[in-house]
Amino acid sequence: MTIFGKKVHIIFSLFLWALVWEVVGHTGWFDIFPPLTEIFKAGLEIVPTDKFHNAMSITLHAYFVGMGLAVLIGIPLGSLMGYSKVVDQLVGTWVNIFVSAPLTAIVPVLMVLFGIGQTTVIASVFMFAIWVIVLDTRAGVKSVNPSLPEMAFSFGANGWTVFTRIYLLAALPEVLAGIRMGLIRAVKGVVIGQLLVAIMGIGELFELYSRNFLFEEFWALLLMVFAFAFATAEAVGYVERRVEFYASAR
Amino acid sequence: MNQVAEKVSNSADDTIVSVDGIAKRYEGGVQALKGVNLDIPAGQLTTFLGPSGCGKTTLLKIIAGLLDPTEGEVRIRGQKVTGPGPDRSFVFQDFALMPWATVIRNVAFGLELSGASKEERYEKATKYIAEVGLKGFEDAYPHELSGGMRQRVGLARALAVNADIILMDEPFASVDEQTRRKFQDDLLDLLAIEKKTVIFVTHSIEEAVYVSDQIVLLSRRPGKVANIFTTDLDRSVSPDEVRRQKNYLDSVDEIWAILREYLQEDESAAARKVRG
Ligand SMILES: Nc1ncnc2c1ncn2[C@@H]1O[C@H](COP(=O)(O)OP(=O)(O)OP(=O)(O)O)[C@@H](O)[C@H]1O
Ligand SMILES: [Mg+2]
Repeated sequence: MTIFGKKVHIIFSLFLWALVWEVVGHTGWFDIFPPLTEIFKAGLEIVPTDKFHNAMSITLHAYFVGMGLAVLIGIPLGSLMGYSKVVDQLVGTWVNIFVSAPLTAIVPVLMVLFGIGQTTVIASVFMFAIWVIVLDTRAGVKSVNPSLPEMAFSFGANGWTVFTRIYLLAALPEVLAGIRMGLIRAVKGVVIGQLLVAIMGIGELFELYSRNFLFEEFWALLLMVFAFAFATAEAVGYVERRVEFYASAR
Repeated sequence: MNQVAEKVSNSADDTIVSVDGIAKRYEGGVQALKGVNLDIPAGQLTTFLGPSGCGKTTLLKIIAGLLDPTEGEVRIRGQKVTGPGPDRSFVFQDFALMPWATVIRNVAFGLELSGASKEERYEKATKYIAEVGLKGFEDAYPHELSGGMRQRVGLARALAVNADIILMDEPFASVDEQTRRKFQDDLLDLLAIEKKTVIFVTHSIEEAVYVSDQIVLLSRRPGKVANIFTTDLDRSVSPDEVRRQKNYLDSVDEIWAILREYLQEDESAAARKVRG
């Protein structure tokens, strides 16, 4: 962003909007927008409570288990799709349906399958995160310079070695991009899963706060969730930038 | 092969690679090669030269064992080729370096795949990195090197596995002319020490005549052997003088005359198509 021909740092623009929010909040025009400072105060109040800790631990558990499964299954599946035309044709359509489908509608189905509990939330995280990982990994494997596997074969490598030593490493930038997008979608997955299951984790807190018109607490929690999604994605983004030279050398 | 032939197998004129009745038809119907017969002598540099798309790369990859021929077979010292083997190593036109690995790890990659210990790998890789003139760049990444330097890495990797036969597919095609000439001379110097059989693909007549002991001219697609030239240059003189030798100039002219004929045939064929 530039203002008066000067580059403006993103932090500055965030600060500007925070200021607008604060002012609007103090006018008291909208109940739903309390001043930002009040939201921070509420945040500081809820963070030390047991209720918050329990909600967080159960949420993070679902998030990381679901995300871990999405990575563990998504990368091999995406690689296979990039590697083999048959697999690609076999599952490609389904993956493309799922990546663009309104997955929220699937959560009730998951509830029927897995019951009202943590398993459903994990499944929901998984469903939200996996497809973009699959598609990005597939694209990465497909874009590997064909000379590289040929080179490895010429030195006597077998198919498995070529797969692990060439394809996976060459596709790493795309795989990481997929994981980064997956992490963001997984946040959606965990919140939506818990909201629909409605009796656990931060989903339960969201329910509680909004039902009782506790907008300060509600916003505090929401901002924490945003910050978490942003921070995890940035962490992967950092790793991505460190391997950026892959792309320039291709 | 009889006993006597075994004993003299390192004499210069011994056939190391025989290409016997090779044809290659790609899926989709392109007939790239048809009826290619060829004997390649050990310890010499043989060049495949021919018009674009005539199947030079295809033939080289069949010899490498990277592609299966549709008909015929390639034998190395009488043994039928069924896949890549430690007796051959390949230098790729686009270098085929792993961008995530340092120069030394790239050079050692062939050794790594053959199961050599880390010490042995690094020792050999270091030696060949120095031999191709890249001492000091062991820990650089490919993207930090120029095109010419990258190809030196590719060459060091091929040398490090100590194969008898080195297959090079237009190794200098993507480097500039000065680098190319320097590289050609360095390659010749290196081969004088290393005593390898080299099969070399190029588009450039001058390059072919300059580096080769033997030039195999392939006809247009479907490629077959049209002509074989042996160049007989006195390499004891400076590179510029080599390029002024009568033998050099005559060979260039002779090959150009043949390639020009292909070109004219192509043009008249195209003209016929337009008219007809
Ligand atoms: N994988 C493939 N599938 C189908 N056709 C192919 C394939 N590879 C090459 N061909 C075709 O086979 C013919 C010979 O190709 P090849 O690459 O061997 O030629 P070349 O002599 O090396 O050409 P160049 O001088 O342009 O490198 C070309 O017409 C090419 O289009
Ligand atoms: Mg070629």
